[in-house]
Amino acid sequence: MTPPDPHPADGPAPEETSPAEDIPAWSLPRSAEARVAERTVWPSALTPEQAWGGSDGAGVRVCILDSGVQPDHPDVGPLAEALVVTAGEGAEPYRVRPDEEGDLCGHGTACAGIVRSIAPACAISSVRVLGEGFTGTGADLIAGLRFAVEAGYDVINMSLSTTHARFVPTLHELADRAYFQRTVLVASAHNMPVDSWPWRFASVISVGSHERPDPHCLFANGQPPVEIFARGVDVEAPWMGGRWMRASGNSFATPHVSGLCALIISKHPGIRPGQVKAMLALVAQREDEDDV
Amino acid sequence: MSEPGAFQSAVAHAVLGAEAGHADLLAATVRLARATFRARAASVFLVDPTDGALVFAAVAGEGERDLLGRRVPRGTGVAGWVAASGQPLVLDHVSQDPRFSREAAESTGYVPDAIMAVPLTRAETVLGTLQVLDRASGPFTLKDMDLLGLFASQAAVALDLTLRARRAEALLAGQPDELVGLVKLAAALDGDPERRVAGLRLVDALGDLLG
Repeated sequence: MTPPDPHPADGPAPEETSPAEDIPAWSLPRSAEARVAERTVWPSALTPEQAWGGSDGAGVRVCILDSGVQPDHPDVGPLAEALVVTAGEGAEPYRVRPDEEGDLCGHGTACAGIVRSIAPACAISSVRVLGEGFTGTGADLIAGLRFAVEAGYDVINMSLSTTHARFVPTLHELADRAYFQRTVLVASAHNMPVDSWPWRFASVISVGSHERPDPHCLFANGQPPVEIFARGVDVEAPWMGGRWMRASGNSFATPHVSGLCALIISKHPGIRPGQVKAMLALVAQREDEDDV
Repeated sequence: MSEPGAFQSAVAHAVLGAEAGHADLLAATVRLARATFRARAASVFLVDPTDGALVFAAVAGEGERDLLGRRVPRGTGVAGWVAASGQPLVLDHVSQDPRFSREAAESTGYVPDAIMAVPLTRAETVLGTLQVLDRASGPFTLKDMDLLGLFASQAAVALDLTLRARRAEALLAGQPDELVGLVKLAAALDGDPERRVAGLRLVDALGDLLG
């Protein structure tokens, strides 16, 4: 006996999917790569060699806005500076002091190490916005970002976000200010469909994860808000205590892009954030490439 | 009443015994998460807003019998980071990190090798974290992260309801004069079926009167 057709009248049956396949998420499993691959035909191609070939990031200042960075980790190398920034009181926008404690979690050290692995000669500054016991608040995050923007770093790596909508106008203003003063703000997208900021802003480069092991492989997403996907799964990264960890998540995809931005800025001094973002999209995996 | 909807929540709690039901939902979620990832343990931490400590609110697997209610000081390990940053974190070979191992052993008595932790967020607030230890479901993939996110969504709802029930309970305890009559009424309506029918008629009439 023939079983009844579960999709009788309305055209072909839907494609079989695994339960997790249709979950809305801002990451890029291998099976979905073809969906986002760049389709636009550009007047001239840009190769990674043209974008960052021969560059080591020299002369570029990268700020790691995070949990602090262990300064003596062999895979991080010397830091240009290590600071703690907290929210100020009254009219004072922030308070800055030297960071004597280093990394309080391991997360910031991992981000710094990944940037270093891509751009070995860049200058890395740690700006810690999470206090002892991870008491970081949205207010400290804003204070740290304001400090970093005013300090004029070339790249700010922000593997952090806030879910508090009341901070959105201030974050937006800071992200725009960074954009116009040639500071590239690279921000982690949430791994889950959660409303958080600043990664949703057009003036930042928002980053999600793909599953490939190549640290230079990028995908440009035609379906924002996430604009760039970079290596974010099973990344060996330095951790506090002079150790290493295999880590996964958008937090670790973001410093890959920060490192590539440092290479681009070092090779093309004076380049604007919008141009850096376009360059990343132009070197992203293309639809007609064999390995997509 | 100090909070919109608190009156209804208080009465609902009194009638339904809400917290126990929500705790069951939370427990079912961690059991399902543990089974899905074939993990040694899955647990939900609740952030205590008074001191930022993480409190075990549900545990399946390793530590199931004695960790419930155990408090982990603010700033401990991966769960603390996830609660503070609002970002999921997936780490492998964590037992190689001496600081993490010590903290984990001190807080739970168990040192995992792999950990997946995801924030439980409702509206704008991180209420806690969901943690899955030592999955046996193979190498981590982004699909795992999506699945973890789904479990987190469900656990966040359960945790939110639990917290609402607790607040309602505190409200009842703090304002007995204002609500004691209603609570007694709700309890009476749960009692003798004959009196219940008559009582509900009276409640309807009172509803009409108050408009």
